[in-house]
Order: sequence, then structure tokens, then C-alpha cells
Amino acid sequence: MDKCNIMIVGVGGQGTLLASRVIGNVALKQNYDVKVSEVHGMSQRGGSVVTYVKIGDKVYSPIIEKGEADIIIAFEMLEALRWAEYLKEDGKLLVNEQKINPMPVIIGKEKYPENIMEKLRENYKNVISLDALKIAKECKNIKAVNTVLIGLLAKSMNIDKELWIESLKEIVPQKALDVNLKAFEEGYSRG
Amino acid sequence: MKKLMLGNEAVARGAYEAGVKVATAYPGTPSTEITENIAKYDEVYSEWSPNEKVALEVAIGSSIAGGRAICSMKHVGLNVAADPLFTVSYTGVNAGLVIMVADDPGMHSSQNEQDSRMYAKASKIPMVEPSDSEECKEYVKEAFEISEKFDTPVLFRLSTRISHSQSIVEIGDREDIALREYKKDPDKYVMMPAMARKRHVAVENRMAALAEFSNTTPLNRIEWGNTDVGVITSGIAYQYAREAFGDVSYLKLGMIYPLPDKLIKEFSEKVKVLYVIEELEPFFEDHIKKLGIKVIGKDVLPVMGEYSANLIREKVFGNQSTGKKIEGIGTPVRPPVMCPGCPHRGMFYVLNKLKLTVSGDIGCYTLGALPPTQAMDTCVCMGASIGAAHGMEKSRGKEFGSKTVAILGDSTFVHSGITGLVNVVYNKGNSTVIILDNSITGMTGHQHNPTTGFTIKGEPTRQVDLEKLCHAVGVDRVKVVDPFNLKEFEKTVREEIAADEPSVVISQRPCALLKNVKFEGPHKIINEKCKKCKMCMKIGCPAIVDFGDHIEINDALCVGCGLCSKVCNFDAIEKAGE
Ligand SMILES: Cc1ncc(C[n+]2csc(CCOP(=O)(O)OP(=O)(O)O)c2C)c(N)n1
Repeated sequence: MDKCNIMIVGVGGQGTLLASRVIGNVALKQNYDVKVSEVHGMSQRGGSVVTYVKIGDKVYSPIIEKGEADIIIAFEMLEALRWAEYLKEDGKLLVNEQKINPMPVIIGKEKYPENIMEKLRENYKNVISLDALKIAKECKNIKAVNTVLIGLLAKSMNIDKELWIESLKEIVPQKALDVNLKAFEEGYSRG
Repeated sequence: MKKLMLGNEAVARGAYEAGVKVATAYPGTPSTEITENIAKYDEVYSEWSPNEKVALEVAIGSSIAGGRAICSMKHVGLNVAADPLFTVSYTGVNAGLVIMVADDPGMHSSQNEQDSRMYAKASKIPMVEPSDSEECKEYVKEAFEISEKFDTPVLFRLSTRISHSQSIVEIGDREDIALREYKKDPDKYVMMPAMARKRHVAVENRMAALAEFSNTTPLNRIEWGNTDVGVITSGIAYQYAREAFGDVSYLKLGMIYPLPDKLIKEFSEKVKVLYVIEELEPFFEDHIKKLGIKVIGKDVLPVMGEYSANLIREKVFGNQSTGKKIEGIGTPVRPPVMCPGCPHRGMFYVLNKLKLTVSGDIGCYTLGALPPTQAMDTCVCMGASIGAAHGMEKSRGKEFGSKTVAILGDSTFVHSGITGLVNVVYNKGNSTVIILDNSITGMTGHQHNPTTGFTIKGEPTRQVDLEKLCHAVGVDRVKVVDPFNLKEFEKTVREEIAADEPSVVISQRPCALLKNVKFEGPHKIINEKCKKCKMCMKIGCPAIVDFGDHIEINDALCVGCGLCSKVCNFDAIEKAGE
């Protein structure tokens, strides 16, 4: 790997920041230059959020542009659809099959798009999806959705698995660690 | 040791390593994490001040007394702190004083897009600007050196993408910096006309010396590449330019006021075409043009919004990277919403029902201006709600005033609402002011404030008693109500707007995201009882979804606050079983 652009997209409150921090940490351990651009403040609250992680020998702009992402990891289906344009032609799209209705849909002004997964598969070459919420519930922690997805991502990147586990240990609070390591394995095994 | 750090975290580290004694701030995106991180260092005294003006005054005091001080705020915070800013420029410093100001091009979470560089020029204070986290840390240390060497406060400009991007930082040790001697010096620190006139001369001399220094400081550097094109730039714009232009020559400015005239001339003479890449105002461009140098800048690039490598490619070269977009499928927007369980929701339900004119303010509750509640008429700046409500009454008369309320949060009230309330009382207004006391500064991510009873370090402290405070300024009618007690809340608001005198309603219920707030667990809709009247939809809860044929509560989002069950007239909503 000499360069990798990763986007983490989802809905504010889903825990996308943890994912970007773990990835950033893993890249740092590999002695790459890394930039992680996060969103704080206003758009945290139920809005569409995007985090960029850029890894390479030298990274300038922390922002990934349309058609430049090697991997997009979407915590929610509509967000996958919204940001898919940023994917490189042969990029990977990892999608959590969760559906969170945005306000225009909730109040009946607009419809949540149908058959998102089919449309994504028709249009992009490498699409992997799973129901991370269900898996997290099976791990007995509904909040571990993000770690399931980190596992899925780890599998699709060419980096030693142990480094990911080491990073999780450094970043996840001690009391939630076991559940999260389990969730990570579940995601990893589905990649 | 190398570490990945947010720009704001790196600033905090820089302040720590520079031996800072006192750190003050009022929170504001994207600057908040600076002081949150400084608070982790026990060697530094840190505080959330009630507003930016006080924060800067505390930092000035520390500097005059001999301890290095840093004060942090968002761009609009500098408007509030502008009064001390312009005069601390005259007094200068004893120990170093660095003022952090974080701009928000693109307005990710701000009410305007002002360019803080204008303040540097207007107040005659030097300004530096970093372009990644490592520079954040190093430039803070350098800013303290400049401050002490030139006897000046230093402004330090950040922007959202610098503050909130992580990049690699090399950690250093804390310098042991002793307090500077404190000497009473009224000629320097008491700014009465006679003294200030002399100090103004010192300011002009200082700025001339700093303009020379700007030519030689390593903060400004030339990176030679292909000389067909030269780019003058700074901060995050430098990073975008690097990607868009590639291997050309760069004059990368770290000291952005005063500008290095000699360096600019020297650079411009060696390149064929010169571009200036800067977000927002043509601050460099205007100056460089005045030097008689030809540049391309705002004639092709916008003065609004955030830049990106792609934007530069498009505007300068007419091309940009693109990806594949799926055609023929609508993607509904996803604006931010009030969280499930948010106490503000109960209040908005009532205000909507009463069809009141709402003079609004800034905080999480500003989201009440969006559909479906749409229950806010104005939002200008922090604290403006009370003054504006009073002005509405004075221009349109009592009748209109009696259908108007001002709403603002606890932190906002202390920040700059109190003086507005004093004004209503003093000038015989009748405004009804609703203070949304959710026990925290919510919008910026949970900071303590004088009403919460805790300091920035989480230590218990004396709490402002809002009821007593309102009484003390002359408001006799002060009521405390739970906004989830809809009947009581409605009754109270009706009474207070009808009253022929000023009144305050303290809407009291903690933020749903606070750790000690517990609800009973997700609710559900019983389809057999539901009449699809959509009353529950009116509260605008993201967990309640209209599927057309039925309405459903999303159990992954619902916290179980139960507000929806209170607005349902058919008992169709109850706590979900296991
Ligand atoms: C002068 C200024 N400083 C800081 C901010 C950033 N800011 C916006 S709202 C807010 C605080 C809101 O807290 P509060 O009034 O308690 O309402 P809540 O968000 O908790 O509902 C802050 C600090 C700003 N917009 N303007």
C-alpha cells in the first residue's frame, strides 16, 4: 500500500469518529503520513456526517474529492448512496444495511429511496454489505455497530490484523473492550 | 514521540510546552477542543469564562501579572472580545499573550463567515496561521516568543479544517518558564488619553519592526519548484493549493500580518505567473496589488465558502476530478435534528400551539427553526433574543409584544442575555423571556458554565441561581417549569405573555445526552389504537416515522422520554415490552 483514501460516512451519533481514530492510529503505527478530517459541533446531531482519512507517504489536503476514495465505509444506506460518487472506479464500498430516516422522510415530504443496495451493486464493482446493528445486538451491545464495521474495513485493507486489535485496545475504554473485540471479529469474518 | 492530534489538541500541547500559566475560553465550534485539552494539563490553570470578553480580560490580567496566557474563541467570539482586543494592542504585554481565533469558512456551524484577518489589521496586532497540527503546536510556541520580544499580543488564526483535522505531531517537553517580574507601570497599563497617545506611537513603531521581522522569520518560507507558476498562500488553503498546482513554487505564509513585503517582491520577480490562494476575503491579494504586483486571485476564485483542491482545479484549470453518480434516484437531505429526548422539544410544541412570534437565539434550540417545528422567527447572535423581543414590542406595540417570547439557553443567557434582561426592566418593557435550562452548554458538545455547578475540570463550584438573578435585576414574575409537563408549561406561558410586566420562565430539564439522565426505554405505537391523526409527528422526533399506512417508533433511536405519549389523544403510545 502506498496511498489510501478512506471515507467514513453516516449519521451524527453513530460513532464514526471512533472508526476514523482507529484507522488513523493503525496507519501511524505503519509509519505513514496520515490526515484525518473530522466533523464536530452542529452536524453531530442527527445530520449527515463524513470523515476523511488519507494515508500516504505525504498527505497535503485532508479532504478527499469526488472519484478519489479507495474505500467508503457507510454506517447507513442513504449515506452510502449520498457519498458513493466519491468512490474511485475500482474502489470498495462497505455498507451497513441500517436505515435511519432523515427529517424530510419522517415528516412525509420525501421518500426514503427504495432498493438502495441493488442500485449500488449495479453501479459499483466492489460492494459488501452487512447488518451491523443486528450483529452488534447479538454481541449484546447496540453501540458496537462501529466496531463491527471497523472489523469489516480491516479485512478489506492490507494491514496486519494485530495492529488493528492493538489500536482498539488503545482507543476503546477498558470496560467496553471485550464486547468491542468480539464485534471486531464478527465484522472481520464477514469481509 | 509521534502522535496523531487534532489541530486544536496540538495547540493545547503547544501552549503546555510553552509554559503557559493561564488558559481561558468561551466554547465555540471549531475552537472548543483547544481549552478542553488544555484542561487535562494540571500545570496550567484553565477556565470556561462566561463569554469571550471576560475570557480575554482574564488572559490580559495574567499576562500583565507575568504569567503566559492563552485565550481561545471562535471567529464571532472575537466580536464580543473586540473591546479589550483593540486596547490590549496599546498596552502590550508583560508575559506572552496569544489569542486563538477559529474561522469557519463554509459555515459548518456558524451564523456568518467573517474573516478574522481583518481584526489583525484593524487592531494592529500581528497574526500567525498554521497549516497542519505540527505547525499548530510549533507556531503557538513561536507566537509566545514574538509576543514577548515585540511586547504585543499575538492573534493566532485557525479554521475548521485545521482545528478539526488530525495529523502527526512530534511531542516535546514543557519549558519551565518563570513568572516575569510584576512592576506597577501606569504609563503602559492605564489607558487614559495622555498615556494612550504615547502608547499609540509605540504601537506604530512595533508594527514597523514586525513588518521587517516578517521578511526574515522562518514562519514565512519559499518552497521553490517550477517557476512558471508561483502561489502565495497560507493555512489550509496551502494544502489545497499543493494538491491542485503540484510542483510549482510556493510562498507559504505563516505570519499573515504584517505581511513580508520584501519576500513577496523577491518571490514575485522569480515566477512568471502569480496566484494568491486564500479562503474568504482578498486580504493578501489587496495588499500585494498595492505593492504594484500583478496577481490572479479573487477574479477567478470565490470570496465565499470553503475551498478544496477540486475547487481550485475547476476555477483555475477548468477541470476537476469526478466520480460516478447514480442517476434517477433522489437522495433526501439529512439536516441536523434535535436529539430524541431533547427537553427543547416540549417547549417548541407549546410555542407552536400558541402561534407565538419567537425571538430566538443560538444553541441546540436554534434547530427548532427547521421543519417540522419551524417555531423560531429570528436568530442573530448570542444574547440577541431578549434585546430583539424588546425592540419588537417597542416598534409594534404592546399587543404584538404580548404574542412574542424571547428564548435562549442557560449558557447563552449568562454569556450575554443578562444585560438584555436588565434593559427590558429598566426601559419598561413587558417581554416574556424563556430560559432553556438544560444544565449544560449543549450545542458545542457539553461544556460546563456558571449555571451547572461545575468547573472545566469537573470540580464542584458555586452555581448561579437563575431565579434569584432574575429577581435581583427587577423581574418579579419568575416561574420554573418542566417543558415535558406540557399542560403546566402551556398554562405558564399563556399567563406570562398576558402579564403587563416583564417575566421569565425557566424551562428546566437536563439535556438527554447527559450521563445521569435515564429514561424508561423505547416506546411503541399500538396500531389498533392509533388513529393516524399524526399529533405525535408534530413534536418532530427523529424516532417517529410516518410510513404512510402506519406510524412507527424506531427502537434504535427512541430513548423513551415519553413526550409523544403525552401528545397522543388516544393512548396509543406506551413503553415497549421486552
Ligand atoms: C459569540 C459566540 N460565541 C460562541 C458561539 C458558539 N455557540 C453557539 S451556541 C452556544 C452555546 C449554547 O448553549 P446554551 O445556550 O446552553 O444552549 P444549548 O445548546 O445547551 O441548548 C455556543 C457556545 C457563538 N455562536 N457565538
